[in-house]
This record gives sequence, C-alpha cells and structure tokens, in this order.
Amino acid sequence: MNLFADPRWSEALGHLPDYLGNHVRVSVTALALGLAVSLPLAIAARNRRVLRGALLGLASIVQTVPGLALLALFYPLLLALAAVSLSWFGFGFSAFGFLPAVLALALYSMLPVLRNTITGLQGVDAAILEAAQGVGMTPLQSLFTVELPLALPVMMAGIRTAAVWVIGTATLSTPIGQTSLGNYIFAGLQTQNWVFVLFGCLSAAVLALTVDQLLALIENGLRNRSRMRATFGGAGIAVLVAATLVPAMTRSQTTYIIGAKTFAEQYVLSALMAQRLRAAGLSASSREGLGSNVIFGALAANDIDVYVDYSGTLWANQFQRSDIRPRQEVLNELKTMLAKQNITLLGELGFENAYALVMPRKRAEQLGIRSIADLAPHAAGMSMAADYEFFSRPEWAGLKKAYGLSFRAQRQMQPDFMYAAAASGEVDVIAGYTSDGLIAKYDLVVLADPRHAIPPYDAMVLLAPRRAGDAALRAALQPLLGKIDIAVMREANLRAAGNDATSSPDAVAKWLWEKIGTK
Amino acid sequence: MALPRAGGRKRLAGGSRLADCSAIAVSLAENPRRMPTSSLISYAHVGKTFDGGRGANRVVAVDDVSLDVAEGEFLAVVGGSGSGKTTLLRLANRLIDADEGHITVEGEDVRNVDPIGLRRRIGYVFQSGGLFPHLSVAGNIGITPKLLGWPADEIAARVDELVDLVRLDRAQHRDRLPHELSGGQRQRVGVARALAAKPRIVLMDEPFGALDPLTRDALGDDYRELHRRLGLTTVMITHDMTEAMLLADRIAIMRGGRLLAQGTPAELSDSSDAYVGELLRTPRRQAERLGALLPRDGAA
Ligand SMILES: Nc1ncnc2c1ncn2[C@@H]1O[C@H](COP(=O)(O)OP(=O)(O)OP(=O)(O)O)[C@@H](O)[C@H]1O
Ligand SMILES: [Mg+2]
Repeated sequence: MNLFADPRWSEALGHLPDYLGNHVRVSVTALALGLAVSLPLAIAARNRRVLRGALLGLASIVQTVPGLALLALFYPLLLALAAVSLSWFGFGFSAFGFLPAVLALALYSMLPVLRNTITGLQGVDAAILEAAQGVGMTPLQSLFTVELPLALPVMMAGIRTAAVWVIGTATLSTPIGQTSLGNYIFAGLQTQNWVFVLFGCLSAAVLALTVDQLLALIENGLRNRSRMRATFGGAGIAVLVAATLVPAMTRSQTTYIIGAKTFAEQYVLSALMAQRLRAAGLSASSREGLGSNVIFGALAANDIDVYVDYSGTLWANQFQRSDIRPRQEVLNELKTMLAKQNITLLGELGFENAYALVMPRKRAEQLGIRSIADLAPHAAGMSMAADYEFFSRPEWAGLKKAYGLSFRAQRQMQPDFMYAAAASGEVDVIAGYTSDGLIAKYDLVVLADPRHAIPPYDAMVLLAPRRAGDAALRAALQPLLGKIDIAVMREANLRAAGNDATSSPDAVAKWLWEKIGTK
Repeated sequence: MALPRAGGRKRLAGGSRLADCSAIAVSLAENPRRMPTSSLISYAHVGKTFDGGRGANRVVAVDDVSLDVAEGEFLAVVGGSGSGKTTLLRLANRLIDADEGHITVEGEDVRNVDPIGLRRRIGYVFQSGGLFPHLSVAGNIGITPKLLGWPADEIAARVDELVDLVRLDRAQHRDRLPHELSGGQRQRVGVARALAAKPRIVLMDEPFGALDPLTRDALGDDYRELHRRLGLTTVMITHDMTEAMLLADRIAIMRGGRLLAQGTPAELSDSSDAYVGELLRTPRRQAERLGALLPRDGAA
C-alpha cells in the first residue's frame, strides 16, 4: 500500500492552515519581541562588563530550562498577573495560549541574539572605532553606520539560530493552549497516529528551514549591499506572516471552542462534541492537547467554552479535597462548588474514567489477587508504573494510606506504553484508567478498591461561565448525557489507539455517535 | 641646507617649498615663542598618563610638551616607537583628553569646544589607515561631509574632486571596497577622506608608512603640493627623518614622551643633543653616499 494513500495525510493537510498559521504567528511574534528586547540590551551591554556578564548568565540559565517547562511556568505566572491586574487596574487578560507562549518563546530566543550581538560588536577593530570617532561621528552614528553593519554577519547568525529554536520549541506550546504544529505531534502521540507525528515534525522542520533561508537572504542582501536580495527576503517573511493572518481574519468570532486534555479519550470526546455542535448548526473548533491544570483555568476564564472533566480530578485537584465521599454526594457538592465559579456542570456522560490499579490477569490469578487489599502484601517485591501526574496526586497518597502500599520501585511512563509494559512484565502493576480499551486488549485486570480510597471519576461536561445560559449549546450536547457507558467508551478508546485511518478521533467519534444514537 | 637631491622633479617641488620654509623661518625669528594670532595649534605644558593596565606601572605617554604650529606650517613629528607621537596628535582633536596643560586649536581651548564639531573640522589620517571596510571608496571619502549634512550632490562632486586630487581613477576606484585596493591606494583614500570636509588643519599619523620608496616619495610630494595649494596646516608623524626633512618646514623630535627639540632642519643640525644628532646623521650619511654614487644626478 502506498504510504501516502493513507487518508490521514489529507486529514493532516486539512488542519495545516490553522496549525501552521498559529505556529507562524506565535513564532514570529515571539522572535520579534525577543529581538526588540535583546538587541537594545546587547547594545547597552557591549561596553559594560558587569551588565554583559549578568545578561549572558541569565540567558544561559533560561536556556537550560527545558522548553516545555518554561512554557508551562508562564501559564500560572500570567494567571497570577492577570488576577492582580484585574483587582488593581480593573482589567484582566487571558493567561491562556498566545500570551504565555509568546513570552516564554521570546525569553528562549534571547541567548543566541544577546551572545552573538555582543560578540559581533566586540569584534569590531578598535582602529575602526577610533576612525569613526576621528571623522566626527557621535557614538550613535558610530553604532549605526559602523559598528552594527560590521557586526551584522555574526548578529544574523544568532538571529537565525534563535529563529530555528523558537520555531522548534513552539511545537511545545500546545499544552498551554496555543495551537501550533505541536498539535499534530501531541495528538499523534496520544492516539498512536504516526502520520500526524511525522506530519507535525516535517512541517515544523520545513518552516524552520524556510525562515532560516529567508533570513540568510536578507543577511546576504545587506552584506553585499544588494537591495534586491534583502527586499526579497524581507518580502518572503512578510508574505509568510500575511498568509497566516488570513485564516485568522476570516475565522468567525462566534465559534465554540471545545477543549481536550492530552489523551485519546479526550480527543474522541471533543471530536464528538464538535460533531454534535456542527450538526446543530453551530460552528465549533477544538483546542486540543491542553495540560490538565491549564484546561480548567481556561474554562473558568472563558478561553474555552466546553470540555469533559472527571469528578475525582476536580474534587482532588481543583478543590483540594482528600475526603472520600459517595459518588452522588461528590457530584452534588461539585455542582455547587463549580456554580460559585459560574461554571455549569451540564451533566455526566455515563461512564467513569477512574484511576485503577491494573495488572496482568494471569499473574493476578496465580497470586490470588483480586483487590488492592490482596495486592498490598506482595507490593514490596513489585514495581509500579503510572502516568506523569499520578504519584503526585492525592489519590496516590490516599491509596498508600488506605492499604499500606509500598512498592519496590515506581516509574513514570507515557500512558500508552504503560499497558504494554504491564503485559510484557516489565512492570508488575500500573495505575491505569478504567475506561481504557487497552485493559481488555492486553488481558489485564482491574483490581477492586474495597476501602473506596479512589474517589469516583464520572466523566462530565462543563460549560464556561459565558455559556451558562446558552440554550443552543445545551440542546446540542444534551443527547450525549448519560448515554456513554464504560463498555462503549472502552471500545471507542481501543479504536482510537489503533494505527490506521479508522482510528482518527473524528472517525471514532462518528462510530461512537452511531453506537449511542441507535441505543 | 644639506638636502639630498633625489631627482629633477623633486628638486622643483623642493624649490618652492624652500621658499615657504624660509618665509616661516623669518616669521619665527620675528616672533619667537609666542604667536597668539598665527599659531593654529598650540600645546602648553601638556601631559598625558595612561593606566598601564592590570598591576602595570602608569605610562607617561606625553610629558610636559609645549609646541606651537603656525598657520600654513607643515610640521613633522619624529621619534622612536612609543615616544608619544600618536598620543600627542590624538590630544589635538580630543580623541583623548590631556591630564595636564592646555591645548588650543584655532585660538580656542579644546576643552571648551564640542569634540564632535572639532573632529569634523580637523582632517585626520590614521596610522593604520582606519578606512571603514564596509564602505566604498566614495563612502569613506564622503563620510565627514555626510555627517556635516552636505547635500548628496555636493558630496558626490567633492568625492570626485578628491579622487582626482589624490590621483586615483574615478571610474576604476570610486566604488571599490577598501580591501579591493592596494596599500598605497588605501593610503591615498585615507588622505582624501581627511581633506573631504575642507579642513584648515590636517593631522597625519604615519600616512605613508608601509609603502615602497617610490610610491612613498610620490605620495609625499603630492601631499606637500596639496598642502601648499590648499593653504593647510599639517602635522605629520613619521619614523623617517629623511621623509621629515624632505617634506616638512619644521621638525619636532619626541623621545620618551618629551619634546626633545624642534626647528627647521638647519636649526636642528645645530642641536647639541646626542639623540638629535644621531637622528640627523642617517639622512646626512645617505646624502653623502648618494652624492658619491650618483655624481651626475640631475644632469641625466
Ligand atoms: N590607550 C592607551 N592605554 C595605555 N597605554 C597607551 C595607550 N595609548 C598609548 N599608550 C602608551 O603610551 C606610549 C606612547 O604611545 P604612542 O602611541 O603615542 O607612541 P608612538 O610614538 O605613536 O609610537 P609608534 O611610532 O609605535 O606608533 C606607549 O608606551 C604606549 O604603550
Ligand atoms: Mg603611533
């Protein structure tokens, strides 16, 4: 079969205007901001040793922070700033998506620009500087007519490095709500869609190379005093930016934005909701791959309109509750707590996606383990794996306390690889998700929780404050409530984990709708 | 005056110069030591000390120098490496500021004038050339007029005039970058740049160094002629006593930051200072040797 006959290529291509446009916008803005800050700083620092050292040191430290962490750090920072600005100056701003991404990426771009500008300016021959002074230039004239032109090649090398870094790192801005080419990569990794992953990587690389070459053209033009080449390069960048602005301009403003966290079930459910909205004649777009701490804040701040969260997650994370309550009580209490933030709990979908301890069926039967209580005596000799959040979540603390659990080793893993790791015996127990289709696929078993240490995790639809009274939205989503049981969701999730054309979130969502619509 | 006779052309140029020279010698004799009106540059007990850098001793680059340069005069400053010649020159257009003493240019204490304006009024030829590598010959020559805000067509006309004046070829050289020129051509551009804004004063720091003797001779003669024709006041640094004697009206001799002696070649040859005597011995010996080797020079 021809690799490119796969319909997922055309699906990927369909997202390109949106993803690429956003990617270019955020990268170019960040780069422009980074340059606007670093160039004057570098110029100011070139003759000041202390400032120079401090700046370069600071920029190097920023560089050592992984891109993903830097982006993630800006979200809470801006959230706090937005709150302060709202209470002091009466206006808030969105800490979601564009702004934190631009700030983090701009910061990230500063090191190569600072370093190369300072190096380039210092590399100008002292005799030339004296000549500039001697012919009667003011320091500013010397800077602009002599020093900067002579330092230009070194400076441009730095700017090009910064551009390539920013474009590459911008793929990591997806989890803080900035749509980018990273959407392909995050979605592809979560839903085992390697076509998407490849497409995302390739398009980011092509974009980086294109911008790099355009900058090289500008540099070449400036250096050889060829106005044509410089104009050509500049025009290329301008066209790139303009082209990406068009889709943003034409996008309608009434779009409902549906959020999704970074796992397959969420992609499927957001696709399902989008399909329902469109079927009801509403325009909908998704903001996928959001970090689970980012998404709730985004909803509360009206940056997204609707998404699916789980009662236990909100209970423990958003409201910091560690007490275990019966299911209905949790739901009722959540409803009132959410209402205080003007968030509407529209209703439950009908299944739970709880954390659960999961192990291979055969091994469990051999050892006679059916519940977590049975597991506890064996735990000291076993290793356990979970996703990146689990071990720092209150549920884990609750489990350990309730059952006296203590494993020989704890590992963190990409959720999709966890199940295979358990099946192959690489780890003994995993903290899986009850709605995950891979449990059946790998012949794993969910251990019972007789002491109710794990809170209930009902999937439920939340609406943003500004959509509280939106009857059309409610009506469009109403048919989903209470209709999706655990068996259907597991099968849907299993389908989404497949690696072919029928496994795209959209296709699975269609399948899911047929399944529940006919019930 | 025991000047070597290098050739017919030189003798002609030399002749006109000798006339100027004696005229100044006369004026010098008339107002010895003080010439408040006719002295264009004057140093009075000037001192300049440099920080030697990490832990090193301080360097006294210029030490209690008093020197007057009359209007229209061509003064050569001679001295060994590190004797403070460049420092002395840089003090005049405030590339550096004196620690002690006073320097007046065109009757004004340089400390009271705007250094930028001062530098635009004074032509300066740098020891290392100091051409801007990213600017064409025309761009380099026209830089000071441009800074002074001359209209573009006037600058272009002035550049053409100067390219001719320093005997470069308009069509060939005007738009080249400095690295596309020979060393001698670069030095011509340096001189042209110094003259571009029509200064009354030109300071030249070894302008003809690192050139073959023929080019050097020709450039020197050319400049001497310009100096005369344009009525310039020139201070030129050189290592080469012969060059100094051939071109300048008066010579100042520096050693270890101090001004050892000054005067016309004839006055200097009367000096009792051993170092001055030694400096003068070289050209004299050269002249004698050449006289012996080329007995019928000039008749050929
Ligand atoms: N910026 C400076 N900092 C420290 N010392 C300096 C500086 N400029 C000059 N000097 C010192 O001052 C002394 C005189 O230097 P200057 O450049 O005036 O010598 P010069 O006579 O022009 O020598 P040369 O013939 O080699 O060009 C030297 O010892 C030199 O090292
Ligand atoms: Mg010198």
